[in-house]
Amino acid sequence: MRRSRRLHGVATCVVLVSCVVACHGPQNVLDPAGSPNRIVNRLFWSMLVVSATVWIGVVGAALWGALTRRRTTREDLEPVVDLPNDDKQRQTRLVGALIAGTALILLLFLVFDFTVGRALAEHPNRALTIEIIGHQWWWEIQYVDADPSKIVVDANELHIPAGEPVQVTLSSRDVIHSFWVPNIIGKRDLIPGYTSSIFLDADRPGTYRAQCAEFCGVEHAKMALTVIVHSRADFTTWLAAQRAPATEPNDSSTKEGQRIFLAGPCSSCHSITGTAAYGTIGPDLTHLASRKTIGAGALANTRGNLAGWVVDPQSLKPGVRMPSNQLAPKDLLALLDYLESLK
Amino acid sequence: MTSAGRRLLHNDSPTPGTLPGSAPELLSEETVLEQARLLDITWRDGGGLWGWLTTVDHKLIARRYVVTAFLMFIAGGIEAAMMRLQLARPENTFLGPDRYNQIFTVHGTTMMFLFAVPIMTAMGLYLVPLMVGARSIAFPRLNAFGYYAYLVGVVFLYVSLFINMGPDAGWTAYVPLSGPQYSPGHRLDVWAQVVTFTEIAALCAAVNIIVTVFKLRAPGISLNRIPLFVWSQLVVSFMIVFAMPAVATASTLQLAADRALSTQWFNPAEGGDALLWQHIFWFFGHPEVYIIFLPGLGFISPIIETFCRRRVFGYLAIVLANITTGFFAFGLWVHHMFATPIPELGQSLFTAASLVIAIPTGVQIFCWLVTLLSGRPRLTTAMIFILGFFITFVNGGLTGVMVASVAFDKQVHDTFFVVAHFHYVLLGGAVMPLFAAFYYWFPKATGRLLDESLGKWHAWLFILGVNVAFFPMHILGLNGMPRRVYTYLASTGWGPLNALSTIGAVVVVISVALFVVNAAMSARVGRPAGANPWDSYGLEWATTSPPPNYNFVNTPIVLGRHPLWDTGSPLPVITGLRADRREVLVTTAFDAEPDYRHRQPNASIWPLFLALCMAEFWIGSIFTPWAVVGGFGLTLLGMLGWGWQSSRQIEVERVDTDLQIIDTV
Repeated sequence: MRRSRRLHGVATCVVLVSCVVACHGPQNVLDPAGSPNRIVNRLFWSMLVVSATVWIGVVGAALWGALTRRRTTREDLEPVVDLPNDDKQRQTRLVGALIAGTALILLLFLVFDFTVGRALAEHPNRALTIEIIGHQWWWEIQYVDADPSKIVVDANELHIPAGEPVQVTLSSRDVIHSFWVPNIIGKRDLIPGYTSSIFLDADRPGTYRAQCAEFCGVEHAKMALTVIVHSRADFTTWLAAQRAPATEPNDSSTKEGQRIFLAGPCSSCHSITGTAAYGTIGPDLTHLASRKTIGAGALANTRGNLAGWVVDPQSLKPGVRMPSNQLAPKDLLALLDYLESLK
Repeated sequence: MTSAGRRLLHNDSPTPGTLPGSAPELLSEETVLEQARLLDITWRDGGGLWGWLTTVDHKLIARRYVVTAFLMFIAGGIEAAMMRLQLARPENTFLGPDRYNQIFTVHGTTMMFLFAVPIMTAMGLYLVPLMVGARSIAFPRLNAFGYYAYLVGVVFLYVSLFINMGPDAGWTAYVPLSGPQYSPGHRLDVWAQVVTFTEIAALCAAVNIIVTVFKLRAPGISLNRIPLFVWSQLVVSFMIVFAMPAVATASTLQLAADRALSTQWFNPAEGGDALLWQHIFWFFGHPEVYIIFLPGLGFISPIIETFCRRRVFGYLAIVLANITTGFFAFGLWVHHMFATPIPELGQSLFTAASLVIAIPTGVQIFCWLVTLLSGRPRLTTAMIFILGFFITFVNGGLTGVMVASVAFDKQVHDTFFVVAHFHYVLLGGAVMPLFAAFYYWFPKATGRLLDESLGKWHAWLFILGVNVAFFPMHILGLNGMPRRVYTYLASTGWGPLNALSTIGAVVVVISVALFVVNAAMSARVGRPAGANPWDSYGLEWATTSPPPNYNFVNTPIVLGRHPLWDTGSPLPVITGLRADRREVLVTTAFDAEPDYRHRQPNASIWPLFLALCMAEFWIGSIFTPWAVVGGFGLTLLGMLGWGWQSSRQIEVERVDTDLQIIDTV
């Protein structure tokens, strides 16, 4: 009994510690899912070991010097004396050695860092290209293709194949945003007036979370991006499905929903391929139902959340550009049926 | 000056008490008292409110400066506590996004522009004239003007915050978010003008300190005897002169003009460049960090020397380290921009520069370490804060080296890792030494010692609180938490560490509250300090506590780096300055030989008047162009009044004959 309780305690501690010092998770630098971040992790852990050693040395010396050798207030003040020359020379040699050591460590670090930089800078000539455009506060994703009919436009969800480099070009429609997938690659800013590109090199299929990393206004905190790394085969299947036009409404409710979508304010901001909705202010909704989240990662994509989002987005993501929509309950249900059919 | 006197000043091994070559003549006690009485009348301010508004005494102005800046520390701290409460648990609703964004912007703006830089320059404005043995600061009216300009900025920012007009684009105000298109309304205009006011204040202080250090040093303080704190102030003042115009250009001539006059500096659609802002801002912003913590480092040497009873090891090394840091600080700004599309070769250069600057900082730390280890220190509150500096600042410095790496920086840039890093640097490198300085120099400014037992609670709790609040942020950053977010989802797993960090923030709040209580009580009923409670060595300890309005009855003569330790008290003095009008002794820049007697202006209302005109000009211009017209006329009037007073009062007279070196009183 006692033994099992102790085991229980140990287990709790382990859980607590791993909960606090997390090295795993879908949005974690320390859990690499691609070779560039693996290299950065190697750099980080070696820097950490050296830094911790230096810190312990310096702080240890200061604390030892001050705490164990301190003069209590009851003792008299020590007279100010000049140290003998021998001591001064010893001090000079010690400080000289410490400075030389510092310079050497920094030099080694510089060389290490440059080799890392070089390794990360190597880019393949040909790669799948994806265009990401930052908006206040969502991500527009375009899967580029030479054939315009094959271009896929998506939002807030980035799908990439594992094991091959993907070129991502980044630009912004309004203010500065920053693209960052902690598990896979470091940041690159999306600056209006500039187009830049980076290579995503993921090798472990899975779902990762990315979040805008440059303050971009009132809802900066809720500008997330789901990154899904597929096996190559899955990716091809997924892309093919996305290239298909939107599902046609096939019953009275979805037909009514589509009518409301096209007649109401929705279509002035959103587009759905194959319909008369061409809005470009908000995300493309052609395959809305296939996404995991709505509101750029703010909420899970469930019917209830979707209903709340359509009716009163301001209470869910205050400041978002989407206005509230007063719909009759019957109309709302039909609209939801239609939106949920957009697989 | 006689050749004997000249020999005396440059004698490296002075014999205490005697002056070779000159016929010593002792000043009688009556002469000194009479002199003091006359000086007091000459340097005294008018009475009542008018006297209070017109004073140009550098100590009174600096004291107001320190108090105002410390109130700003408390205001910024309250904002920090509010943010920590909001982030204590996932999806908290204590602050909404709009309120949170204003709070964190005002927190950063307050701490950088209204607390850190002003309080460091204010400490310099108080201490530098005393440390160099001067009657006053070089430009007393400019000093008062700088303070009032700063005060206008303080009041303007906080009034704006309370009427929901607080800036909300971060203290870095990146365009185009801060531009007219994405920040309509006046919130960002407020930011741009507050920055302008504080820049002007900082420039006034910097020019004042530079001239005071170069021209008002007591005879004998040649360049190689300038106290280390004064060196740090000098270097920082030069940095201010080069850094502040950059941000003034960016905020006033470019951002404010883009917003008010429809210029297009930063608008890519019209050929402007959004990245330009970041270059100019960080060309100021990076040196700013060193402007804040070099004076912090400057506090450390005298405190360690005093409580370890050892002269600091490596005076020259520390001076050179300060100067080197000042130079390199201007070559690092791009390391704030590694995530922008800047060519990798260029970025490598800034990595190397960022690493190089660790060396001079290391030099200083090693010098203090061997000084500390060579004596047996007395662990006063000030010394505990110095230990806190080692614990905290070294950590911040090491993470600073880490983020110099482009590859690693791209992972932690704009995350809580960086938040942790710069709070370790600034709280460890500036605020902890600042508290040490408060405990050390409070008795000089008030005549009473701060309570040590309350002080020790304050110190240990502060060190503990800071580390508990900020250490978890390193891990949060690596776990993917970006900075400047008002909330986060529970599924991210950031809850427990954020809660821990908030607990640390509460501890910090408690410790600072203890300090406020301590200061308020000790100022009234603290133990009387006497002139030199710590048996320290600097000239500031050679006069009474608090110092009289004329600082020193007679200008002391300095024969070494540690006057009171080298010569013993009382110090030899030089006489000949008139007591019936405000005169300061001007000495040569390198060797500090007596050169001129300079008559300084009396109390004046013009600094306050001119600051108010400027306030009307800048603040009014946000709302109506007519404010510029009115402000221009008023400013012209203020300047005429100022100049008119100068033309009547200020005189310079060459001294050769009537200054005499007198042995100890």
